[in-house]
Amino acid sequence: MKMINSSWFKAHRLKSITWSFVRTLVILGVSFVILRPVLTKLSSSLMIERDLFDSTVRWIPKHFTLENYKAMFVHMRYPSAFLNSALFSLVIAGLQLASCTMVWYGLARFRFKGSGLLFGMVILTLLIPPQIISLPLYLNFRFFTLWGLLPKPGINLLGSYWPFILMALTATGLKNGLFIYIMRQTFRGMPRALEEAANVDGAGRFRTFLTIMTPGAIPSMVTCFLFSFVWQWNDYYFVTLYMSGRNLLSQTLDVAAHNYAHTLGMQFTTQYISLLNNAGMMLFILPLLILYGVLQRYFIESIERTGIVG
Amino acid sequence: MLNKIKNIRLSMERREALAGYLFCLPFILGFIFMVLYPFVQSIIFSLNRLEIKPDGYELVFIRLENYYRALFVNAEFPRILVETVLRMFSFVPLVLTFSFFAAILLNQKFKGRLLARLIFFLPVILGAEIVQRIEMSDYMTLLQSMDTSSDYGLTSILSMSSLSEFLLMLKLPQGLLLYIIQGVSRVSEVIRASGIQILIFLAGLQSIPASLYEAADVEGATGWENFWMITLPLLSPLILTNVVYTIVDFFISVSNPMIDFLQTNAFGGAGYGVAMAMSWIYFLVVGIILVVTIRIISKTVFYME
Repeated sequence: MKMINSSWFKAHRLKSITWSFVRTLVILGVSFVILRPVLTKLSSSLMIERDLFDSTVRWIPKHFTLENYKAMFVHMRYPSAFLNSALFSLVIAGLQLASCTMVWYGLARFRFKGSGLLFGMVILTLLIPPQIISLPLYLNFRFFTLWGLLPKPGINLLGSYWPFILMALTATGLKNGLFIYIMRQTFRGMPRALEEAANVDGAGRFRTFLTIMTPGAIPSMVTCFLFSFVWQWNDYYFVTLYMSGRNLLSQTLDVAAHNYAHTLGMQFTTQYISLLNNAGMMLFILPLLILYGVLQRYFIESIERTGIVG
Repeated sequence: MLNKIKNIRLSMERREALAGYLFCLPFILGFIFMVLYPFVQSIIFSLNRLEIKPDGYELVFIRLENYYRALFVNAEFPRILVETVLRMFSFVPLVLTFSFFAAILLNQKFKGRLLARLIFFLPVILGAEIVQRIEMSDYMTLLQSMDTSSDYGLTSILSMSSLSEFLLMLKLPQGLLLYIIQGVSRVSEVIRASGIQILIFLAGLQSIPASLYEAADVEGATGWENFWMITLPLLSPLILTNVVYTIVDFFISVSNPMIDFLQTNAFGGAGYGVAMAMSWIYFLVVGIILVVTIRIISKTVFYME
């Protein structure tokens, strides 16, 4: 009996060692694939052009330089563009959070006719390609009449924050359908007794929601806020469509290398432009990397704990 | 008396419903004005010729001409449409399989799990459109420069893995070489498109009660059997969710050439109305694919309740 046991354990151990070896290999491989674009960007952003043609140089630049960063820092108008982007994304993410939290609560806690239909509408917003909506919306924002309330020709909202503010307020901003869809369960697990007690004490529905219920939903809310911040920061399509000419980071990054060439009155080689762009992209993603590193708990763990599934 | 109680209950229900509507009001308004209204407008636009003037726009009704133009006059649209759909069919299963097994891996206990998770979800954070755009244009210039310059420029610009160096050494025909390099870049495309799906699967894995596995262990089930009898069936609703998400994400992602094509045509090119008609054809195709896949998959989905 003892013999059998020990051999069984041996086999079992062998199996688990092999498995953990394979697992480590797979994880390392995938991590490499994910990190490689970041690492190549980092390494080539620190090179001079000659290093690109030097076949002995692969990852570590021979002529280490920060010139690419300096140039891009100036031509992306980094300080002001950074502040613009940060402020814009913060405000929009905050508004989206407010509207989405209300909708979570409404969908999770109240029974009413058409709540199923409402949920179907959420799914629909996820499925419609944004192009179908965004091009007519473009015209609506260009000649904004508040859907017929204001006299024609209406106000031109393009180039201002208003299109984004309106969409954020009405929970139809960037990927808001996704937030509603995967986090609609947020309030479901909370004890009803809390609400009832608050009601007995004379608090209105909205006050109950605001002071009693939302504190329990904070992990979900932080996650939602972070994701909408990041996605707003990364957005390029809507920003260029509704708000071209504002100096957000994604917009200045797009044209910085060419602007640089233009101010010097020179024609850059594609290689040099790619070096500059690599530096620019590093400057663009760096704030996000820092945010992700510091708040990783909220990006990953909270999603699991709050039970987005169900 | 009984009637009165009934009345009170009714009004309570009504108040409950009213509160529900009020909390959902932001979205209801948003849906009507920011989704439904432009949605209907887009149908109208696709049936009209649109002329933008300084004080508004004018519509000239031309029936289905825009659709006709999109399908039979425009040389590129049908080709891009077919290509996009075909690419979707090869892409979605890859993403799904990868994210499924990645989630199972990340759910196990091992050293450095947190770090692995951090890296696996990194693409969700770094998926900026502008970055993809610049990368893509770099890639394109690379492909163009390949015909003219020596292969030595190629390896250094991409600072590619030793794989491509090895391939260059083999002196393969250039077409084949491109195909392999693109295949390799596809792997990273798949991995980079899987972040949210992994997250959803991971959350699902953690919602499976541990007692099920314990009971299975007591009964002497192997890991293989556990996978087929417990993990897979309980995750199947999420497979459906993820299939839908992946298909949609693929069709509306900016790295999809169709999206660029539609936008350039709306502002110039074939014109706004034709672009609207193209978007609608595209949307209908996507919708049909979605409905069919949902029908097929939901037959095999297992629900615990």
